[in-house]
Amino acid sequence: MSTATTTHQDDHHGDHPTGLARWLFSTNHKEIGTLYLVFSLTMFFVGGAMALVIRAELFAPGLQLVHPEFFNQMTTMHALVMIFGAVMPAFVGLANWMVPMMIGAPDMALPRMNNWSFWIMPFAFTLLLATLFMPTGAPAAGWTLYPPLSLQGGNSLAFVILAIHLMGISSIMGAINIIATILNMRAPGMTLLRMPLFVWTWLITAFLLIAVMPVLAGAVTMLLTDRFFGTSFFNAAGGGDPVLYQHIFWFFGHPEVYIMILPAFGIVSEIIPTFSRKPLFGYTSMVYATASIAFLSFIVWAHHMFTVGMPLGAMLFFMYATMVIAVPTGIKIFNWIATMWRGSMSFETPMLFALGFVVLFTIGGLSGVMLAIVPANFQYHDTYFVVAHFHYVLVTGAIFAIMAAVYYWLPKWTGHMYNEKLGKFHFWWSTIWVNVLFFPQHYLGLAGMPRRIPDYAVQFAEFNLISSVGGFMFGFGQLLFVYIIWQCARGGEKATAQVWEGARGLEWTVPSPAPLHTFDTPPLVDDRIAVHQDKLT
Amino acid sequence: MKRTNELIVGLAVLAVISVITWGVFAVGDNMTSGVSAYSRDVFQLHNTILGIVTIIGVLVFTAMFTSIVLHRRSKGFKAAGFSHSTKAEIIWTAIPVLILVVMSVPATRVLIDMERTGGAELNIKITGYQWLWQYEYVEEDISFYSALERDSNRARQLGSGVDPRDVDNYLLEVDNPLVVPVGTRIRFLLTSDDVIHSWWVPDLGWKRDAIPGMINEAWTLIEEEGTYRGQCAELCGADHGFMPIVVEAVSQEEYASWVAEQREEIAQTAHDAARLWTREELMNHGSRVYQAQCASCHQADGSGLEPAFPALVSDGVPSGDLESHLKTVLDGREGTAMAGFRDRLQPQDIAAALTFARNAWNEDGSEGEVVQPATIAEFDQG
Repeated sequence: MSTATTTHQDDHHGDHPTGLARWLFSTNHKEIGTLYLVFSLTMFFVGGAMALVIRAELFAPGLQLVHPEFFNQMTTMHALVMIFGAVMPAFVGLANWMVPMMIGAPDMALPRMNNWSFWIMPFAFTLLLATLFMPTGAPAAGWTLYPPLSLQGGNSLAFVILAIHLMGISSIMGAINIIATILNMRAPGMTLLRMPLFVWTWLITAFLLIAVMPVLAGAVTMLLTDRFFGTSFFNAAGGGDPVLYQHIFWFFGHPEVYIMILPAFGIVSEIIPTFSRKPLFGYTSMVYATASIAFLSFIVWAHHMFTVGMPLGAMLFFMYATMVIAVPTGIKIFNWIATMWRGSMSFETPMLFALGFVVLFTIGGLSGVMLAIVPANFQYHDTYFVVAHFHYVLVTGAIFAIMAAVYYWLPKWTGHMYNEKLGKFHFWWSTIWVNVLFFPQHYLGLAGMPRRIPDYAVQFAEFNLISSVGGFMFGFGQLLFVYIIWQCARGGEKATAQVWEGARGLEWTVPSPAPLHTFDTPPLVDDRIAVHQDKLT
Repeated sequence: MKRTNELIVGLAVLAVISVITWGVFAVGDNMTSGVSAYSRDVFQLHNTILGIVTIIGVLVFTAMFTSIVLHRRSKGFKAAGFSHSTKAEIIWTAIPVLILVVMSVPATRVLIDMERTGGAELNIKITGYQWLWQYEYVEEDISFYSALERDSNRARQLGSGVDPRDVDNYLLEVDNPLVVPVGTRIRFLLTSDDVIHSWWVPDLGWKRDAIPGMINEAWTLIEEEGTYRGQCAELCGADHGFMPIVVEAVSQEEYASWVAEQREEIAQTAHDAARLWTREELMNHGSRVYQAQCASCHQADGSGLEPAFPALVSDGVPSGDLESHLKTVLDGREGTAMAGFRDRLQPQDIAAALTFARNAWNEDGSEGEVVQPATIAEFDQG
C-alpha cells in the first residue's frame, strides 16, 4: 500500500517497476532494507526449525529421532544459518532502512551495490542449505569447521566454503556502503558527535566487518585447498598445524561476536531514551566505549581456545585482555540505567524488549567474565555453560534487540501501529520461555555435560527436558511475531510522524509510512533534533 | 522526599532480587569440587568469581528495577533533564577495574599451578581416536584401549528400545578404565591419531585438547580413592558423544597388583597371537571386538549407514574378497572415516573380527572363511 501513496512523489526518479521487478531491481534503501529483513526472518525460522530438531533429540536420554551424524549437521547448520542468515542480515536491513533517514541522507551512497549485496544472499543460502540434500550430507564439524574433522566430510564442504565466500562478499559490500553513506552523506549540521548511537555503532561494526571477513575467507580457502588440492596448512602429517586454523578462525570469530552485538547496543541506546523521555546518559562515553570494545575484540581471540595448550604468558595475556572488555561493556549498561533513572518511563513493546535486553544481556556478560578466568575456563570450556552464555548474548541480546527495533520502527515503515496487546504478550511469552530454555543449560554445563552431543548420561535428563520444553514454547511463540508484523503491514491504527511521544531524531520528522524517497533536500540539523548528545559546551 | 522514596523502594527491590537469585542457585547444580588439591582450588576460584558477578548483577538489577518501579509516566513522574555526570562515570569505570584486578590475582595463581607439570612420578600418554582412548603407561610398558562399554553402546543405538535408565552409568562406562594410584603426582601427555579430541574428567578440575601432531601436558594428584567419570569434550565426529573416560583411583598397593596383572595378560596375549584358534573361539571373541570397534559405523547387523559407512554384507553374503577386506581393516581407507587397525588391535582381535564379519550374517547358513591370528601376522610381514 505504500507504493500507492508514494508514486506521485517519485516521478522525478523515473519509472518505478512493480511486482517482482520492483524487488529484483530495486536500488532504494527502504525496499532493500525490507528485503533484508524478510530474508532474515525466513532464515530465523529455518535455523529455528533446526534448533527444534536438536532440542527434540535432547528431550530425553537415548537416541530417539536422528542419527548422531545428522544431529551434528543440525548443530552446524543451525549456527551458520542463525549467524550469517538471521542476525547479520537483520542488522544490515535495519541499517539500510534507518541509517539514511537518521542522518538525513536521500539513500545509501552506493545504491546499485546495495542491490547486489542483498541479492547475493539468497544464492549463498541456496548453496549452503542444498548441502542437506547431498549424498554425504551437510557439514557436521560445527560452524567453526575445525580441521582435521571438517576435512573428513564429503564434497559438500566445497559448497559451504563457496557460500561463506558469497556471504563475506555481501557483508563487505554492505559495510563499505554503510561507511560511505555515513561519512559522506550526512545532512548539514549532522556532525559525527551528533549522530544517533545506532549510526555510530553501525559505523564501527562496518569497520569490523571489513577487517575480519577477509580473514574468514582466508581460513576457509586454506581448508578448501587442504581438502581438495593437496596442501597441508592444517595437516600435521604434512608439516601443518591444526591449531593455526583456530587462531585464524577466532581472529575473525571474536570481532564477529561484536559485529552481532554492537548494532544491538545502538538500538537499545535509541529506544531507552525515547521511552524514558530523557536524553541518553553519557552519549560521548557510549561512543568511546563502543570503539574500545571494537579495538579489544581484535586482541582476545585465543580465549576461545584456552584448552589447546598455549604458553602460560599467552594465556595470561588473553585472560587479562578479555577481562578488560567488561569495563566498556559495564559503562554501557550503567549508562542505560542512568538514562532510565528519574526518567518518565512507559513500557510499550519496544521498551519491554530493550529492558529485557539489558537484564538478559547482562547475565550473558557476567557469565562471559566467568569464562575469561582461565583455570575455571578449563572446566567450563565446551560444555553447556558456554552454550548458555552465548545464547544469552545472542538470543536475548542480539535477537531481542532486533525485535525491539522492529516494534520501534514498524509504525514508521508501515504507517500503522502494531497491536500493542499482542506485542506485549509476545514479549512476556518470549522472555519467560527463553529463560526456561537457556538458564538450565548453565547448570548442565557446571554438572559436566559437554556441548554438541546427541545423547547424554541420565543425570542430565531433568534439565534437558526443561530446556527442551522452553525451546518448543519459545520457538512456536515466534509465529506470533510474524502474525503481528503481517497484521501491522495490512492495516491498523494510523501512526503519526513522531509515532512515540518521547522520540527524537530525523527519522521521526518524515511522515509515517516513510515515503519511498526521503530527504531529497537535506534537512538542517541542530541541537533540537540531535538530543541524544551530551551538551557539547 | 524523592531520595527517601528511592532508598525504601530500592531496599525492597534488593530483597526481591536477592530471593530470586537465591532460588536460582538453590534449584541448580554447581561445579564439582573434585578430588585433588588443584580441583578444589578451581572450585574455590569458580565460587569466588560466581559470587562477585552475582553481587554485581544483583546491584545493577536493583538500580534498574527501582527506577522501573518509581520513575514511571503512569505515576506522573516528571523526567529529569540530566544526561551527564563525570563523577559517576569515573566511579563506574574505576570500580570495575578494581574488581577485575581482585579477580585476576587468584586466577593467575591457580593457572600457574596448573602449568607446573614437572616432578611427575608416573607418566601416562593419552591418545584420542575416533571414538575411543588409548592409555600408555610410559614407565610400566602397559598400553590398552578404552571404549564405551557394551550395554551403553547397545542402548544408545537409534531406536534400540532400551531405556537408558536401566543401564548402569549410561554413556559413562568403559570396557577398560584408566587405573591410577592415589597420592601420586601423575603427568599426562595428550595427543590424537585423527581429529582433535579433548580429555575431560570434571573431578580432576581441567580438560585438555588431544591434537594430532602435538603433545599437550597436564597433571594431577588424586587424593581420594574412587571412580571418576568424564567424556570427550571436543566435537570429533559422529560418535563424539560416545567416548567416555573412566578413571579408577586405587591405593598404591592395589595399583601395584593391577600392574602385575596387566603384565601377565601381556604374556597371555603374546601366546594367543601365536596359537591356533577354533571357529567358536574366534566367533565369540570376534563378536565382542566387532561390537566395540566396528558396530558404531557399520552397525550391529553389518548393514552400514550409506553413504558414509558402507554395508559389510550384501544379500546375506559378506562383500569383497578376504585379502582386500584384510587390507582395509589393517590400513584403513584414505579419504574416508575408515581407520587402520594395525596398531590399535592385537592380531587375534583382527582375526576374530574378520571371522565374525564374514560368518555372522550368512543367511544361507553356509560357513565363511576362518581367519587365524597367525595369518594376520604373516600378512603384515609379507
